[in-house]
Amino acid sequence: MTKQTSCDTFSSDRQRTVTANTMRLVILDEYDLASEWAAKYIRNRIIQFQPCAERYFTLGLPTGSTPYGCYQKLIEYYRSGDISFKYVKTFNMDEYVGLPRAHPESYHSYMWNNFFKHIDIDPANAHILDGNVEDLEAECQAYEQKIAEAGGIELFVGGIGPDGHIAFNEPGSSLVSRTRVKTLAKDTIVANARFFGNDLSKVPTMALTVGVGTVMDAKEVMILITGAHKAFALYKAIEEGVNHMWTVSAFQQHPRTIFVCDEDATLELRVKTVKYFKGLMHVHNKLVDPVLSIKDQ
Amino acid sequence: MPSNKSVSDAPITQFINCRILRDHQLQREDLWVRDGRILDPEKLFFDEQGYADKRVDCEGSIIAPGFIDVQINGGYGIDFSQASEDVVAGISFVAKKILEHGVTSFCPTLVTSPPAVYHKVLPQVKVHNGGAHGAGVLGFHLEGPFISLEKKGAHPEQFLRTFRSGGIEDVMEAYGSLDNVAMVTLAPELASSQSVVRELSKRGITVSLGHSVANLAQAEEAVKHGASFITHLFNAMLPFHHRDPGIVGLLTSDQVPAGRTVYYGMIADGIHTNPAALRIAHRAHPSGLVLVTDAITAMGLPPGRHTLGQQVIEIQGLNAYVAGCSVEEALEAASLHPAQLLGISHKKGNLDYGSDADLVLLDDGLNVSATYISGDEVWRRGP
Repeated sequence: MTKQTSCDTFSSDRQRTVTANTMRLVILDEYDLASEWAAKYIRNRIIQFQPCAERYFTLGLPTGSTPYGCYQKLIEYYRSGDISFKYVKTFNMDEYVGLPRAHPESYHSYMWNNFFKHIDIDPANAHILDGNVEDLEAECQAYEQKIAEAGGIELFVGGIGPDGHIAFNEPGSSLVSRTRVKTLAKDTIVANARFFGNDLSKVPTMALTVGVGTVMDAKEVMILITGAHKAFALYKAIEEGVNHMWTVSAFQQHPRTIFVCDEDATLELRVKTVKYFKGLMHVHNKLVDPVLSIKDQ
Repeated sequence: MPSNKSVSDAPITQFINCRILRDHQLQREDLWVRDGRILDPEKLFFDEQGYADKRVDCEGSIIAPGFIDVQINGGYGIDFSQASEDVVAGISFVAKKILEHGVTSFCPTLVTSPPAVYHKVLPQVKVHNGGAHGAGVLGFHLEGPFISLEKKGAHPEQFLRTFRSGGIEDVMEAYGSLDNVAMVTLAPELASSQSVVRELSKRGITVSLGHSVANLAQAEEAVKHGASFITHLFNAMLPFHHRDPGIVGLLTSDQVPAGRTVYYGMIADGIHTNPAALRIAHRAHPSGLVLVTDAITAMGLPPGRHTLGQQVIEIQGLNAYVAGCSVEEALEAASLHPAQLLGISHKKGNLDYGSDADLVLLDDGLNVSATYISGDEVWRRGP
């Protein structure tokens, strides 16, 4: 008689959590609450999944100022012993081309300083595109391969640019695109200049990025959008049609999407839309309340 | 598995729950060590996919680079200037004891002595790394005999010398060998001293000005020729005068060549120098301050802690107080600045990646709780 491990019980649990196709717009009053809601959701998803050595939880991750608060909360949950990243594999969305990895603005630096160094993830499971290799296309293909080998992404967390882009899928990107090299749009370069001493000439002009199609392949997508400067992009993403000029709009056709915002990010939405989704918060909050902990296992 | 072993098999230690001195500030960061050196954890993570073998919980301690004492004449009953048969034993004894005060490297100092003493003592001690046996020896500091009669201080008058033969020949005759010498203190007003300054500097020996009645111009001349240190500022030199600040004036001199720094040693026990004077010096030139003990045998007091009447003064704690400087500045005066002075800051005196992992763990009162050399614990305070 074999002992039933937590891994054996997974399949029925998985069925329950992923068959319901949903689009949720979760609106919190302000940034810290939105960050916390998102972190709790990620925490619950990982713990419910009961990852183990035979079956890792694959998480897609973003960078930037928007997810910073969410990372801080996840680190807090790790420090309090409520969550572990031991059996989590991560795949970041993007990385600059030609920027030395040790540069403080590289996405490797961001992830190390703001997340990896504070948690117990196995370094071999933290994947980030390498923008300094000879053959960038091979690197992109290898990345897609690694995602496939990991069994696909369970939950892809992303942000949105002011121009409505997801990762570096700039306006005009194919909505079925895969991981590839992209030249950055002027808007993006300008938005990033503040990290390079406001010197436009120092901002990288190319990046490696997962494609819209790559993110669409994930079982679930969670987009974090905070701040008034993102309000117009959010409007375009969910109240207008699917359009490759606003690539986040592609997720209107994903079976399971959550947009987590603060009040300011909803400023360009119709009052009706906001009222409808705010009215659903008691339903949304069931996803994060009760918040689970590995201590209870 | 800690590392995919692509770079090294050696075990990796991670110091956690600590505040480390980096970029002139105390930062809440972990410190990583491998192969006796400070390790870059980000490179370890991404290049080697490695992580720590062992974690040391510092319980909130401060981690500073191990202290470097460039002027210490002995202690605990040992006098380095004695022409004993077994100088090595004496130096080793002191080297071991000073670990308790967080000193991980030092320059055993010899005061003015007859040539026989130098000829006997110098060859016995080589520059060597520290370890569990004691703090590392960076080389001798030879204070004298080429110093001023009027400012001999506690040095024996009969063994003072001048540069009779014109310079370096006198030096070689007096000392015998310069092989394990890190620093020489001399008086730059002595005739032919400038050529000596130049020659010693060329050989990589730090030249310090002290026990001297030099005026500012003579001191500046010596700096131009390579002098870079002032031995116990204020003591055994002419006092600051507003029309001729003397050696003290080097702190704000505009004649110091570009890119060079003049460092100055301070015995910050509150006794050798009035705290107000120490503060003036620090404010005038904070980046040049080097803490020294100038501890001697006769006092029988361990370096770092002086008893005076009813007072017990711990040198680190006192310095932070009397100088009115920050904790970071005080720690750098005892580690970074002496390393820069001796030209070894590429591997000692800081917690930069690649530097030797000579560390001192301190509590908020700057009391030493543990000392490490090359990543190994060499002393820990008992309970």
